[in-house]
Amino acid sequence: MIEINHVNKWYGPTFQVLKDCTTSVAKGEVVVVCGPSGSGKSTLIKCVNALEPIQGGDITLDGVKVNDPKTDLPKLRSRVGMVFQHFELFPHLRIIDNLRLAQEKVLGRKHGDATAKAIKLLERVGLQDHAKKYPAELSGGQQQRVAIARALAMDPIAMLFDEPTSALDPEMISEVLDVMVDLAREGMTMMVVTHEMGFANKVADRVIFMDRGEIVEDAKKADFFGTPRSDRAQKFLSKILQH
Amino acid sequence: MGTGTYLDLLLSGLVVTVKVSVLAWIIALVSGSVVGVLRTLPSRTASWIGFCWVEFFRNMPLLVQLFLWFFVLPELLPRSAGLWLKQLPNAPFWTAAIGVGFFMSARVAVQLQAGITSLPRGQKQASTALGLTTVQTYRYVLLPMAFRIILPPLTSEFLNTIKNSAVAITIGLVELTGEARSMQEFSFQVFEAFTAATVLYLLLNFVVVTAMRFLERYVAIPGYITGK
Repeated sequence: MIEINHVNKWYGPTFQVLKDCTTSVAKGEVVVVCGPSGSGKSTLIKCVNALEPIQGGDITLDGVKVNDPKTDLPKLRSRVGMVFQHFELFPHLRIIDNLRLAQEKVLGRKHGDATAKAIKLLERVGLQDHAKKYPAELSGGQQQRVAIARALAMDPIAMLFDEPTSALDPEMISEVLDVMVDLAREGMTMMVVTHEMGFANKVADRVIFMDRGEIVEDAKKADFFGTPRSDRAQKFLSKILQH
Repeated sequence: MGTGTYLDLLLSGLVVTVKVSVLAWIIALVSGSVVGVLRTLPSRTASWIGFCWVEFFRNMPLLVQLFLWFFVLPELLPRSAGLWLKQLPNAPFWTAAIGVGFFMSARVAVQLQAGITSLPRGQKQASTALGLTTVQTYRYVLLPMAFRIILPPLTSEFLNTIKNSAVAITIGLVELTGEARSMQEFSFQVFEAFTAATVLYLLLNFVVVTAMRFLERYVAIPGYITGK
């Protein structure tokens, strides 16, 4: 589904954020990307739907080359859902309109159809009573659930999560993770940048560990948590799992 | 001048001031918005055009600009075009509206640019990730928020537009200040003439401020803190 081949990316002329990254996410697979701050994991996931350009290598999404100038990027992006660390709901639109906007403007769905879809998804994340509210009237956890629903409203073939729980209060993390776990169990293809190792342990098929722009470890979940091969990954795990 | 009172003079001046200011403000808002957006696009060409526009119109005194449009431009054009321009009916009115409008557009552009760049970068990314095109992103996501944020300073710019319209007296537009001056010349009552004009300006600007307050309240987003 997602193929990442020898991807290189620089910020400016000298700073290389991604170094020869190669990995893939198969249909229905859940891949967790972890690693210390500044390791390039968020950048990598943003390259998948071309929010960030790459300077070397290539990325294909469902057979379509992302870094091809001829690719219709808006169309391609509309087929992949993305959830951000800071939710990024549109503050001037009611919750229901946040879910309807792209359905109508990008997919050309009729207002009634878009509304029906929006309400169905709000029910799914347990927020149907908040449809008429504005984002600022919801808690962080609720906003992030809306953001997931907004992405799902586009009927995506895969979902990208960029640290979806990092900006949340601890007590709101689980309500968001619950939605993500359900999604994973339904067979959604997911690439998730997160520090939530509990989530990784529960639903991930594979775990990718990144450090300084490189993919240091790319292993099946059991292998990653059982016997990580690299020292760097072992140290990282021992630190974040010691509490 | 046999008929009509001095009040009629002032009121007809007020009407001209309102007309020229509103037209100038529309020009300023439309062209300023376009230029402001250009300045936030990743394209080098776009931001260069935006840069040139803003620096050209904000770095020259308004008075000089009006003289340029009114006296110099017709001479620079081919003779026939220049003649046509000079003979346009109501030339001072249109020149003032366009001149003040472009002058103010530079200020609107800079403020809109500030409004857009003050939004979290993730807003554009989220909108792009949903598949919206750049035009749609600006139309549905960035501009509605940016304009809300800059509404208070835009109010000041609207007031400045009204006040700046008085400069048009120098190219022969008889607006409120112009009528006050001619009233003073007929009557030698300097103090009264300009007091009356001042009161009318104050009233006009008070109407604008009040209307903008209502607009601000009308577009306010529940729960969203705008720093007020």
